[in-house]
Amino acid sequence: MNFTYRNKRISGMLVVVPANERLFVEEMKNYNFPEARSLKLKEVMGYDRRRLVEPTVCVSDLAVFGLQNLFDRGLLKPDEIDALLLITQTPDYFMPATSSIIQGQLGLKQDMLCLDINQACAGFVIGLMQAFMLLEQDSVQKVVLINADVLSRKTSPKDRNIYPLVGDAAAITVIERDTRDSVIHASLKMDGTRNDALIIPAGGMRLPCSPETAVLEDVGDNNLRARDHLRMDGSAIFNFVQTEIPPLIQGLLERTGVSIEAIDYFLCHQPNQFMLQKLADKMKVPHSKMPNNVVGRFGNSSGSTIPTAITLNVADIVTRGQIFACLAGFGGGLTWAAMLMRLGGWSFCEMIDFPNQPK
Amino acid sequence: MKSVPEILKDIRPEFDFTTSYDFIMDGMLDSFDMMTLVSALDKNFGISIQGTDILPENFKNLQTIEALLRQSGAKL
Repeated sequence: MNFTYRNKRISGMLVVVPANERLFVEEMKNYNFPEARSLKLKEVMGYDRRRLVEPTVCVSDLAVFGLQNLFDRGLLKPDEIDALLLITQTPDYFMPATSSIIQGQLGLKQDMLCLDINQACAGFVIGLMQAFMLLEQDSVQKVVLINADVLSRKTSPKDRNIYPLVGDAAAITVIERDTRDSVIHASLKMDGTRNDALIIPAGGMRLPCSPETAVLEDVGDNNLRARDHLRMDGSAIFNFVQTEIPPLIQGLLERTGVSIEAIDYFLCHQPNQFMLQKLADKMKVPHSKMPNNVVGRFGNSSGSTIPTAITLNVADIVTRGQIFACLAGFGGGLTWAAMLMRLGGWSFCEMIDFPNQPK
Repeated sequence: MKSVPEILKDIRPEFDFTTSYDFIMDGMLDSFDMMTLVSALDKNFGISIQGTDILPENFKNLQTIEALLRQSGAKL
């Protein structure tokens, strides 16, 4: 499915990461694997360190902290926000919506839209698409998109398939109309028949959490996981990315008459270093144009990895100049989406730490 | 340059890869080992095995791995 948007732009971005840092080498003992094999995995996947929330921290805590920081520094005014979109899979509650909790805690105006959207690793591109559509309304001048997840709280520390890669973060992106004549193109695909490739089996109405769903089970390869935990079919996801993402991006480039060489950066979701290197090789994109350094420094924080990649790799350029970027998100659903847009002239592009809670 | 059995031995030193005809069925390589192996083969032979070729059937035994290497442009 193809989309075109006119005269919309990102004007600022703030990524909030927990101050709490974990090192892969210190966590290896949790896994029932020889140390030498874990170290090889570290090298290939690019695992090193990541940021995790403490066990009581929720999505709204990260989001409120980040927005308050922007208000305090005068980078965003509370009354300017006409819509607050929160993309998360780890809401504070089933109800009410976490975006309403954020609105209430910050005392934002009533004359605005608050909306939660359940999306995973494609959530940044999906969120931008929703923001662009809202900005077609005369009453909406500025949209705040928040991509935030605390998936480490739903991951088994004894599951080497997924625990070493997960990180927590919140990304706040401000989107508004572009006074210049600009065009943004996007492509999106979804396949719900593969919905169980990334799933938290228990905790919803289909299988509520219970003492039984909290029991750690041997799920093969010496990994232990409960049904309360996030489950990822790693091989299926790897093949999905290698099979579906190149044609999606190539189709978008062909439709818009843009060559791979014309793209300054391919800013993709950050599952792990190996998967992104293989994706770049398949698309014949130089590794330097497709950053893969997020998972080894912050972990894979689902929908906020593209903002983290931007903040980590091109912050100076998007605040002082401009790049032509291809954004690509892919993950749970399954959902995969790509977008071509110019990033530049931002008033801020930063990363801050969410402090550890006092003991 | 190392041979394929030498690279396999580096990854799983506890197994003798010259006596098995199905590394996957015999529990000698799991999905993470396959990625570690691909990374090592890429470096050793100066190639990039395509992500879509990282399938269990291509890592079943020495013959299938060598066929994959040839297909990926390695000179054996």
